[in-house]
Amino acid sequence: MTLPPYADFLGLSVVGEGPARHVTMPGGDHVLGRPGFLHGGAIAGLLEIAGMVALFDALGENRPRVKPVNVTVDFMRGGRLVDTFAKGRVVRLGQRIANVAIDAWQDDPERPIAAARMTLQLGPRGL
Amino acid sequence: MTGQPVGKSFDPATFIDRFRNYGHNGALGIRYVDHGGNWVQLALDYDPRLIGNPETGVLASGPIFSLMDMATSMSIWAKTDIFRPQATLDMRVDYLRPAIPGRTVFGRGECYRVARQIAFVRGQAHDGDPADPVANVAATFMFLDAE
Repeated sequence: MTLPPYADFLGLSVVGEGPARHVTMPGGDHVLGRPGFLHGGAIAGLLEIAGMVALFDALGENRPRVKPVNVTVDFMRGGRLVDTFAKGRVVRLGQRIANVAIDAWQDDPERPIAAARMTLQLGPRGL
Repeated sequence: MTGQPVGKSFDPATFIDRFRNYGHNGALGIRYVDHGGNWVQLALDYDPRLIGNPETGVLASGPIFSLMDMATSMSIWAKTDIFRPQATLDMRVDYLRPAIPGRTVFGRGECYRVARQIAFVRGQAHDGDPADPVANVAATFMFLDAE
């Protein structure tokens, strides 16, 4: 899967296959927020990209046009300047609407630093 | 990092200028536009490195989220007229329409309630016409220095 320029800007990479598939974001100056911590906007960007990866995987080839309707991000723990991982899960895939949930974590997947819920609108299938 | 302004008064323009090249906001190039008693307006200039859809050239959602996070965060300091350490608790962005490729996105954040530990903010983003916004935002922040 080719990630968009913004994903390159964040330094993201998609790793793994199947249930292990997730997105990784390296820590660094480009994602720095308040001193010593990740910027919430960068975390949100990681969550949204990971959500799109999960959705595109579920939609397969010949996917419809996808338009984000909204996203809600809960910030639960400060993110340190180390690798952050995010994995999306398609909660519901309808004809016109998809609901995706994404968690982001650093040391422990059971202790997420942030979570997001995205609602996306699906266009007609095919070109 | 030294130099964070903590004191009796908060000036959004000085704050942005001081941290112009700092961290994620510096990488995005977010700049100051205007402010009032409880609101701050910032701008995010179009940048091909921030594209989310290569076919259309439309910006990704993340940079708009960052713009609004910064604008709403600063609106809290504008309202209380003092810088305080704080962190985003949660933020919701409704994407009304894609920002038109090439245009600068303007983000206006407003703080409408400050409680002891939590501040409540809202905001809008537009790409040229405030009457035709690109996004609507609601968020809460938590003060890190509250008892």
